[in-house]
Amino acid sequence: MFDQLSDRLQATLSDVRSRGKLSEADVDAAMREIRLALLEADVNFKVVKGFTKTVKERCLGAEVLESLDPGHQVVKIVNEELTALMGGAGRELAYASDGPTVILMAGLQGSGKTTACAKLARHLGESGRDVALAACDVYRPAAVDQLVTVGERAGAQVYEQGTDADPVEIAAWALDRAREEGRDALIVDTAGRLHIDEALMEELAKIRKRTRPHDVLLVVDAMTGQDAVGVAESFAATAEFDGVVMTKLDGDARGGAALSVKAVTGKPILFASTGEKLDAFERFHPDRMASRILGMGDVLSLIEKAEQQVDERQAEDLQKKLEGDRFTLEDFLQQMRQVRKMGPLSGLIGMLPGMGAMKGLKGADVDEGELDRVEAIILSMTPEERANPAIVKGSRRKRIALGSGTKVQQVNQLVKQFDQMRKLMRQMMSGKQPDPQQLMQMSGAAPRPKYRRR
Amino acid sequence: MPTTWQEIFDLGARQAPNAGEPPPEERRGVLRRLRESLSKSRQALVEEISASLFDRIDEQTWERLEEALIMADVGAPTTAEVVERLEQEVESGAVSADGEAVRERLIEILAEVAAGGRAPIDLSGEPAVLLMVGVNGTGKTTTIGKIAWHLSRELGLSVVLAAADTYRAAAAEQLAEWAERAGAELVRSEPGADPGAVAYDAIAAARARGADVVIVDTAGRLHTQGNLMDELAKVRRVIAKQMPGAPHETLISIDATTGQNGLRQAQTFAAAVEVDGVVLTKLDGTAKGGIVLAIANELGLPVKLIGSGETLEDLRPFDAEDFARALLAA
Repeated sequence: MFDQLSDRLQATLSDVRSRGKLSEADVDAAMREIRLALLEADVNFKVVKGFTKTVKERCLGAEVLESLDPGHQVVKIVNEELTALMGGAGRELAYASDGPTVILMAGLQGSGKTTACAKLARHLGESGRDVALAACDVYRPAAVDQLVTVGERAGAQVYEQGTDADPVEIAAWALDRAREEGRDALIVDTAGRLHIDEALMEELAKIRKRTRPHDVLLVVDAMTGQDAVGVAESFAATAEFDGVVMTKLDGDARGGAALSVKAVTGKPILFASTGEKLDAFERFHPDRMASRILGMGDVLSLIEKAEQQVDERQAEDLQKKLEGDRFTLEDFLQQMRQVRKMGPLSGLIGMLPGMGAMKGLKGADVDEGELDRVEAIILSMTPEERANPAIVKGSRRKRIALGSGTKVQQVNQLVKQFDQMRKLMRQMMSGKQPDPQQLMQMSGAAPRPKYRRR
Repeated sequence: MPTTWQEIFDLGARQAPNAGEPPPEERRGVLRRLRESLSKSRQALVEEISASLFDRIDEQTWERLEEALIMADVGAPTTAEVVERLEQEVESGAVSADGEAVRERLIEILAEVAAGGRAPIDLSGEPAVLLMVGVNGTGKTTTIGKIAWHLSRELGLSVVLAAADTYRAAAAEQLAEWAERAGAELVRSEPGADPGAVAYDAIAAARARGADVVIVDTAGRLHTQGNLMDELAKVRRVIAKQMPGAPHETLISIDATTGQNGLRQAQTFAAAVEVDGVVLTKLDGTAKGGIVLAIANELGLPVKLIGSGETLEDLRPFDAEDFARALLAA
């Protein structure tokens, strides 16, 4: 989308450079594109209106910089404004100075409250806190069972009284118990409710009054559309929530709802839930969300993920080898394994900027089997062959193919592609711009990801 | 345009024991139910806005209309298409530039888009196998419970529910409660068991007992999770292998609060398991569920059922015209 947006903006503003300044007509045309992109990302219509007005004012008469083409310049302004609107750095939870920290979770049905409760419990548990969960969803069939199961998985005690008790009473009872047992935190799970359901919203207000939570968190599905604003406003009025947990961010929704909620309520987004597993839960980064809404790809997340996984010393070694042109298939194997440690490659691809816009890659899946094959081929080589793939000929090829359960052609292909890759690296190290033709081949260099469109 | 349960199901040669006059309550339109669920003040506001939309037909009319559709999550491309079409018809004189006429024509167009290519829910198989798929939290299990209730309690058919969501904690328990309410049989397995095997067992059980319908519940999954989508395709293959022609109907549940991502969801699920139609759930909030228009328009997947609340009667056959009216009502 970013590429698409920036391409479209460039097309719209192509003749601006000669004039040196963005005219009102230019800016209006650009705003139309931005408006569409934001609506496509599910940013609320009214929020978009206000936003484009601000951006337009900044763009009007802006000097066109020599170094930047007008399209990119507009995108830069949009991104800056978007980041500003999303809020600065995320906020921490408000912890109690004495007694258990109480966190009340609320939201619509199906937004992912129960799962978010368990993930939050695990998150707090990781920093050494003793966490308990209160099961106050007595309406949805088996909701209590679900919380008990995921709560235990998260290593938290679950306080429940079945489904016959009153949720307000359960919450109050759970708080007493948490105090008695000296827990550090109590997370109160509540039933999903519609923001226009007066009786249930009243119940939520009562739970709030009885437990006096340090933070009330609204759980919002990242896929929510225009209605996010109405929902957030209603919950703000009744539950007076303090912050937001965005869920299902592992999908491909652009998550414009995050922007809408922040814009109309001013409440920060504290956490992002990003997967099926309980540890797929992290602090929310407003700046990254801005990029995501624009489709810029989560470059920062990727870098951070890589930093976590890649052994620094190994990275240095690799750097030296690349500089000294001593990069071998053995190194290649190590590198591939490092990358694969970061998780499924399809997930990583989504984080790369520009990839989102590539049609064939949408919802794409890398064939991990292909990578397994490459690994098998390299593992079937002798250390000498790995260091100097040029000697892989004739009988060696046959032996390697046999050993790795592949075909001679596949072994050939790997050796050839590795050679091309080395040449390309040499060029890049010497500071030359790589030849695009070669880059294309590089993308086909082993491991060659196979993209499937679903 | 089918609007009753008897009409939305194609039961084939099978005679539903209780098929006959629908209860009078069935005749009540969805719109009325929706309106009833809204508070009085809100209703007043709703009517005011929808009336004022076509007070005067001018340039601003189209802008306001666009705004209304975008706010209903219809999405920019389908909104542009619909508005353009209406604008052209008014300009060419095919539709008179009278507020009420334009409004009625718009509702017609929207209804046409939403119900495009709609067929009844195919339950002609013996047993008929219905597969329910969708993203997490969109209301699959609840929808299945309600469908089972209608089939069993109202039409008198025997229903087997397959708890093939072996992933989410307590999903089988949730379905078990619905099975009990609906008087349906439940086939389940251990948590973490192979979902295909559960579906297989359920069909085998239905055949052994001569049951009419098998409804397979599956774990909610994000359409971006390739391995989980592969698993879903496998469940479908297991079903098809065991009973050629099955599943006879595959429905995807779409949450009415979903924005433009709903289109991607429908597209990806359809590619993995050949979806036949959409169940639009949670229409009792303030969200309009306009994304189903985009889904019908761009993917040709019609809406078949809508869920507008927590009670059993709140799942109903989709009425395109009612839906179109409600869409414009705020």
